[in-house]
Amino acid sequence: MEPIIIEGTPKTPSIRFDAKDGVFEIKGRSIPENSVEFYKPLNEWLDQYMQGPLDKTVVNIRLEYFNTSSSKCILDVFKRLESIHRSKHDVEINWFYEEDDEDMLEAGEDYDSIIKVPFKMIEIVE
Amino acid sequence: MSFDLENLVSDLDIRGAVLYYKGNVDSETITKALDLVERKLLVTREAPRLRKKVYNVLVESLQNLYHHSDRVPRGYHAARPDRFGLVVMEKIGRGYRITTCNFVSVVRVKELEEKLTRINRSTPEEIKELYKDILNHQEITEKGLGGLGLLDIARKTGHRIDFRFKKYDNLNTAFRLSAVVAPV
Repeated sequence: MEPIIIEGTPKTPSIRFDAKDGVFEIKGRSIPENSVEFYKPLNEWLDQYMQGPLDKTVVNIRLEYFNTSSSKCILDVFKRLESIHRSKHDVEINWFYEEDDEDMLEAGEDYDSIIKVPFKMIEIVE
Repeated sequence: MSFDLENLVSDLDIRGAVLYYKGNVDSETITKALDLVERKLLVTREAPRLRKKVYNVLVESLQNLYHHSDRVPRGYHAARPDRFGLVVMEKIGRGYRITTCNFVSVVRVKELEEKLTRINRSTPEEIKELYKDILNHQEITEKGLGGLGLLDIARKTGHRIDFRFKKYDNLNTAFRLSAVVAPV
């Protein structure tokens, strides 16, 4: 399965999902006007990965900003990861937030309360 | 008719504004406005936490205009009839006030008013739970997600959202929305 790699822009995050090592990353800003369009290929890729996931999948979310329409698309990504976790495969989500960015920490906690996947909150200290 | 959206912001300090824009709000306009404000906030050395909150609230405010402005009334002067709005960002004490104005169809006024009144009557905890409920249970459309943007603004600012409607004609209403981001 080919990895999905997307370069970041001022409004969209960089994406690196690689089925070979099971490490997925979303990094940067996610504030496009049409988030559904941006996240569609990512969720399609995950639908394929879900057919034969690795024993362990690690997901790193390093977002600086995201808008509310992205928040739903990110939840859709997490729901697919939850399915993988339910099928007895290890999934770990690392939610990175900058020191003092309580809003980003809270956003991670929101997801943690909705999604039944081990969530780790990691503070980035500058 | 001599009414202009600017009439809704005549009490604000437009001349000293950090950002002022009136016109059609497309994706490029939003990118430019965000870039300008981000640079200004860096120059004025605002604390990172305030900077981030302001940026977040501005993103949601501008995208509210982009997704939810109804067409301008017939006869109203605008380069294009769709996605027309006004945004003002002013320095207020140690924080910032972000105000947007746009037209909404009269049939949407009641629902919007009820939504905002409900948000303003809710406690921070209730807003948080409502946000999570909508996030988890509603389907996203091209226009976003059932008022999540307004809830996000309320959550990030921690203040009530100020809003005002002014009837334009039998079909259209001018709508003003203001949120204050204070230092934490």
